[in-house]
Amino acid sequence: MMQQLPFIYFGGMALVCALLVVISRVAIYSAMALLGMFVHVAGLFIILDAPFLAGVQLLVYAGAILVLYLFVVMLLNVHSRGTMLQRQTPWAIILSLLAVGELGYLVLTSHFYPKLPAIPHPTVPTLGNTETIGMVLYTQYLFPFEVASVVLLIALVGAIVMARGRSGVRQG
Amino acid sequence: MTPIIFIPLLPLIGFLVVGIFWPFFKGKGHFIAVPLMIGSWVIATSEFFKSFTNPPNVTFVYDWIRSGHLDIGISLQYDHLAAIMLFMVTTVAMLVHLYTIGYMHGDSGYDRFFSYISLFSFSMIMLVLSNNLVEMFIFWEAVGLCSYLLIVHWYERRPSWLAANKAFIMNRVGDFGFLLGIFLTYSTFGSVSFAEIFPAISSHLHQTVNIASAFHGSMNIPVLDLIALLLFLGAVGKSAQIPLHPWLPDAMEGPTPISALIHAATMVTAGIFMIARMNPLYNAAPFAAHVVAWTGGITAIVAATIALTQPDIKKIIAYSTMSQLGYMVMVCGLGGYGAGIFHLLTHGAFKALLFLGAGSVIHSLSGEQDVFRMGGLRKYIGLTFVTMLIGSLALSGIPPFAGYYSKDLILVTAYQQGPLGQILWMIGVLTAVLTAFYSFRLMFLVFGGKERFHSDQAGHGGHGIHPHESPWTMTVPLVLLSIAAVVAGWAGEHYGVLEYLAQELPIPHQDPVAGGMSDSALKGLSVGVGVLGIFVAWAFYGRESSIPGSLAKGLSFFYKLSLYKWYFDELYDLVFVRSSFLIGRLFWQELDKGVIDETVNGVAAFFRNSGLGLRRYQTGQLQNYAMVMAIGVFGLVAFYLVFNRM
Amino acid sequence: MVPLSWYVALSAFLFITGLVGVLIRRNIVVVLLCIEIMLNAVNVNFVAFSDYLHLIDGQIFVFFVITVAAAEVAIGLGIIISLFRLKESVNMDDYNLLKL
Repeated sequence: MMQQLPFIYFGGMALVCALLVVISRVAIYSAMALLGMFVHVAGLFIILDAPFLAGVQLLVYAGAILVLYLFVVMLLNVHSRGTMLQRQTPWAIILSLLAVGELGYLVLTSHFYPKLPAIPHPTVPTLGNTETIGMVLYTQYLFPFEVASVVLLIALVGAIVMARGRSGVRQG
Repeated sequence: MTPIIFIPLLPLIGFLVVGIFWPFFKGKGHFIAVPLMIGSWVIATSEFFKSFTNPPNVTFVYDWIRSGHLDIGISLQYDHLAAIMLFMVTTVAMLVHLYTIGYMHGDSGYDRFFSYISLFSFSMIMLVLSNNLVEMFIFWEAVGLCSYLLIVHWYERRPSWLAANKAFIMNRVGDFGFLLGIFLTYSTFGSVSFAEIFPAISSHLHQTVNIASAFHGSMNIPVLDLIALLLFLGAVGKSAQIPLHPWLPDAMEGPTPISALIHAATMVTAGIFMIARMNPLYNAAPFAAHVVAWTGGITAIVAATIALTQPDIKKIIAYSTMSQLGYMVMVCGLGGYGAGIFHLLTHGAFKALLFLGAGSVIHSLSGEQDVFRMGGLRKYIGLTFVTMLIGSLALSGIPPFAGYYSKDLILVTAYQQGPLGQILWMIGVLTAVLTAFYSFRLMFLVFGGKERFHSDQAGHGGHGIHPHESPWTMTVPLVLLSIAAVVAGWAGEHYGVLEYLAQELPIPHQDPVAGGMSDSALKGLSVGVGVLGIFVAWAFYGRESSIPGSLAKGLSFFYKLSLYKWYFDELYDLVFVRSSFLIGRLFWQELDKGVIDETVNGVAAFFRNSGLGLRRYQTGQLQNYAMVMAIGVFGLVAFYLVFNRM
Repeated sequence: MVPLSWYVALSAFLFITGLVGVLIRRNIVVVLLCIEIMLNAVNVNFVAFSDYLHLIDGQIFVFFVITVAAAEVAIGLGIIISLFRLKESVNMDDYNLLKL
């Protein structure tokens, strides 16, 4: 029970935060609830022996992405007029209940492997988590890594072009 | 290179030059076409006189199709049959070229006309010179095409193109048979060349072919008979024999030079030429030969009866042509190929003469073709009268004109071929009476009696038409042809045309004493019936007489039968045209409109309506689409769970 | 020891929560936030399997997912800003540009 306690805390809190994101009427509350979810998911990563990813999660999600959201929420007048929910909400709820049933059934009936004994990674035998990721990322996954950098560059340029608007283009 | 190749080549050049550059000639097309045709005629004539001593030869021109065992070349087979045919064809073609200059003067399609008759001359020369069946078929079709193009020369006129279509379509029926005959020849003999077919005929005498095999039946008939009949079907179409004859009288809608050249002297005789060329085959196929003989005999008498009452001058001559062609086909079926070809040659001369004379008459009356609106033309167009009189006497078989020798030879040959020949001989004699009668009916109505054209025209503002003699380009061919019509028969008999042709056309075995009448008695009889016919014609039409009118009333059934051409057109209209329309309408209304259109429109309407219905689901709301996507995903999961887990 | 199935179940519930958010919320910014939830749900799954199978590749994938999420947020927020300039609205149902 003691071993399962951190998972119950972090997982439960992540789920609660996620629900808060969905049900909060005010956008800024949703954003703050999302921050909570990120932090608790980072906790889950630590439990799962992935401290580097936990750090990245906090830095990128909580530090960069969420701040970006907060800027937008505060810049724009994001108060939606009228109701909070779409007209298709009842159908979406029914569908989600059905999905919960399906996935729950799948999880309950599936046979999962028990946790395997810790075998070292074949290529990087005794290094820690961060070093392992670095080794694999810059050798085996070098090409996708470069592609990811191009994706980021495109996103950068695209975001600038769109956010500047038409007047900016004309002046340029 | 032999000069023979220039006989077809010169008209071909004429056709190409005039046909391609026609806009530059502007009514001067004859300066190219006529000299080339005269050159062709000169070569053909000199080669003809050389052929008495020279052996037959084959000039190879080029390989056309060479595939496996099939070897079809374009070659010019120049033997006695081809030589004498070429002589006649080029002579008539040359004279018709000359005549056309005067007759078609001022016509809008003058140069086009010259290019087409040059093309026709080329095709006909090649048809005569061909040395295999496929080559013959190609030019057989080519002359048919030229016939079509020339009949439809005045294409603005509805009767013209109707007649042209009729000629073309009716010939298709015959050509279909010809084509099947070629196929069967190839599958039987493995070759289409005359030189290879004829020696092989004797080894196929008892071979049979099962014509019902496609229906799993059994109906064996001798293969040679079948080939001969199929080829003869082509000849029936081309030479206007019953039952494929109605196109020929209608083809008279074309300009008169065409009627003379194509529909009297040359193209329509291609069928007889083909039978004569294939004579070893017909000699080996007795049943087919009987069919040929009977077809010819029936055509001769039926066409002659129709010619009795026709009012149109060109149609009278057209039915006369049909009748004479029937003679030729009949005697070919009886084995007298030489006699058939001899009559073909003399007939080419005097029938071309008659047509050109009729053209001159029509020309002088500015287009009038009804013989009942002519009369008394003798004193206006004397030269035409004299030449046409010679032509009519030749047609009636009066000595010493050409028709006497050849027709007489046909009748004698027929008479001496046993019982069947004697039955056909009787038909031939009866036809001879009718021939003399309708020829001179035409002569009396056109040239004798009162002038009936003035009175008819008086109603139209008082200015009657003044008949005038034709220009010299028209009368010179008339004179030359009338000389030919006088001497051709005598020359043929004197120089022995049968012996000349015996190289290709064996003289049939004759029994001079069969039937009991001697040669001279037969000759006297045929002259006598000719004179009888002329006398009856004089009695009916040469003087004031009520006999024709009362006969037409008294024998109205026969009169109408003749006047309405034995109702062949009406019968074909009923059997083929109406039923085709009926079937066509059935398919149009029921199948096309009812089934196909409904199906197509139904498919269109289905998609239109479903599109209208589905349009509501394109909301443009992103979340609706996401919802549908999610439904799809979890639907697939549900599907997996239901069908794979449970 | 926490069984793997717990992580999978958590991941599934997180994902469905995000999905429901995407489907029901009218506020366009919140919809984007819900997409982040779905991405995180996937990340949890990746890392859990990576740990249980002792394969580092799952964590590499999470790394890439985070990269793509960053790009997506940048572009998505840029789009939202230009749309807001266009219609002065953050409601999803005001933007039916997919309809002709």
